[in-house]
Amino acid sequence: MSPREIVALRDYLGPELAGRIMSDARHRLSLTDILSGSCLGGRAPELSGRSVLLATSGQLISALAMIEIDGVARRMLLCPPDLNPAHLDSLMVDAGIDAVVTDLPDRWTGRGVGLVVAAGLPVASDATARTERATEWLMLTSGTSGVPKIVGHTLEGLSGAIVADRPAPGTPPVWATFYDIRRYGGLQIFLRAIIGGGSMVLSEPGEALADSVARLNAGGVTHISGTPSHWRKLLMSGSAADFSPRYVRLSGEIADQAVLDGLRLAFPDASIGHAYASTEAGVGFAVNDGKEGFPADLIGVNRDGVEMKVEDGSLRIRSRRAAHAYVGLSAADLTDSEGFVDTGDMVELRGNRYYFVGRRGGIINIGGLKVHPEEIEAVINRHPEVLMSRARSRKSPITGGIVVADVVLAAGCDAGRSDAVRGEILADCRASLAAHKVPAMLRFVDQLDVTSAGKLARHDA
Amino acid sequence: MSVKSRIISAMKQIAEEQKVKLPPLDDDLSLHETGFDSLAFAILVARLEDDLGIDPFTIAEDAAFPHTVGEFIRAYENVPA
Repeated sequence: MSPREIVALRDYLGPELAGRIMSDARHRLSLTDILSGSCLGGRAPELSGRSVLLATSGQLISALAMIEIDGVARRMLLCPPDLNPAHLDSLMVDAGIDAVVTDLPDRWTGRGVGLVVAAGLPVASDATARTERATEWLMLTSGTSGVPKIVGHTLEGLSGAIVADRPAPGTPPVWATFYDIRRYGGLQIFLRAIIGGGSMVLSEPGEALADSVARLNAGGVTHISGTPSHWRKLLMSGSAADFSPRYVRLSGEIADQAVLDGLRLAFPDASIGHAYASTEAGVGFAVNDGKEGFPADLIGVNRDGVEMKVEDGSLRIRSRRAAHAYVGLSAADLTDSEGFVDTGDMVELRGNRYYFVGRRGGIINIGGLKVHPEEIEAVINRHPEVLMSRARSRKSPITGGIVVADVVLAAGCDAGRSDAVRGEILADCRASLAAHKVPAMLRFVDQLDVTSAGKLARHDA
Repeated sequence: MSVKSRIISAMKQIAEEQKVKLPPLDDDLSLHETGFDSLAFAILVARLEDDLGIDPFTIAEDAAFPHTVGEFIRAYENVPA
């Protein structure tokens, strides 16, 4: 393939699309003339053919650097904000890193990295970067324990679902996401904004929800994505009332009927879709009918290069949007011999629809009877005064484990009603769940941890 | 409330939740005859641990599980809290 045929991010940015903006809580940059400047002080050509670690403290500089480096570097490894620094050295060896792009260059002196390039807000530059190759995009998995795996993608694979969705004609969207764009779910939204000719408002860690919503409104956000945990928080905060996006997207966790119904009520005029994607398998599909689960006829057929099957209860995906490999010295195979990625997400067929029931590794065993915590949480979350919940196993000398649940009540829920609410939740559980799945103890807590990837933290407390 | 009465009260609560009809809880009644299954006992032991601060069946690995209601209650009474 000649370099001419390679599409890089810069090809979606040009002076012809006026008024495109990328902003975070502190800066507001025009994307329209972004290619006439450089966030690397014009040093992008030095990164030609290099394996680059992209390690910036914030998302905005990271976004600018991705635009500038794509098509120039051999590969770039996106460092998410919550990366454990203790894992960095081995990840850099595995990815063969020989250059670092960072807004904190002082931290990298004396660390034996061949080339450190400082990144910052764009400055005018004559040294415009040119597309020379298809850069390999390396992302890290967001598992909770151990060294994360490095997953290798191409821009073509990463943008497969975006091109397939074909951005609707009309006013270009202004995208936002509660995710960090250096994670798969957030990167998808960043790429949608860039490829779809739109604008983007970046999330800000630690920002109060009301402030975020004010910023989303000020930025004119029309399309927005987050995990069900993100959305539950927004719905219960009261801040949703001031916000009216055209498109609301959920991904990253099971979208249960309670959160879908809640979003429908809060945003009656919006399209609401839940997408299935993983860092390894890429975007599988999006469902827009407002119902939890997905139609059974998505299984077995090849749509837009995505083929799915269910084996041993878990969803398997073979897809042009999937990563091509795990990267590293002792990296495992990403797919089985037929090219399917085992997602580890367990599904169950009921009628003509599949429902997600939980992660393979997350099963609670109660004296030989098994349950996915997500199934219990879905029942608890139906209670209108519940913000979020977590079911988990508590050790038992009798049965090995029993189910207990931690529940966060919605803001404004009368504390005097907690006994009544507990009774209502447990009655609902008894009516809907087998006896071993009903929480033996239900505790009200002030908050439950949500990981920086927007998912309910499931480490056992 | 004594340890014994707290145990009896927890058992009645669980019986109600699990739709178990408890016979009179005499000391000689075998645990099997209470109608509790292993899940009900697991819940009972966990709740008593929260209430009394002890779980006599986890502390002593070799502790034989009691056979009667009386033995079950004594397992709690004999553990220094």
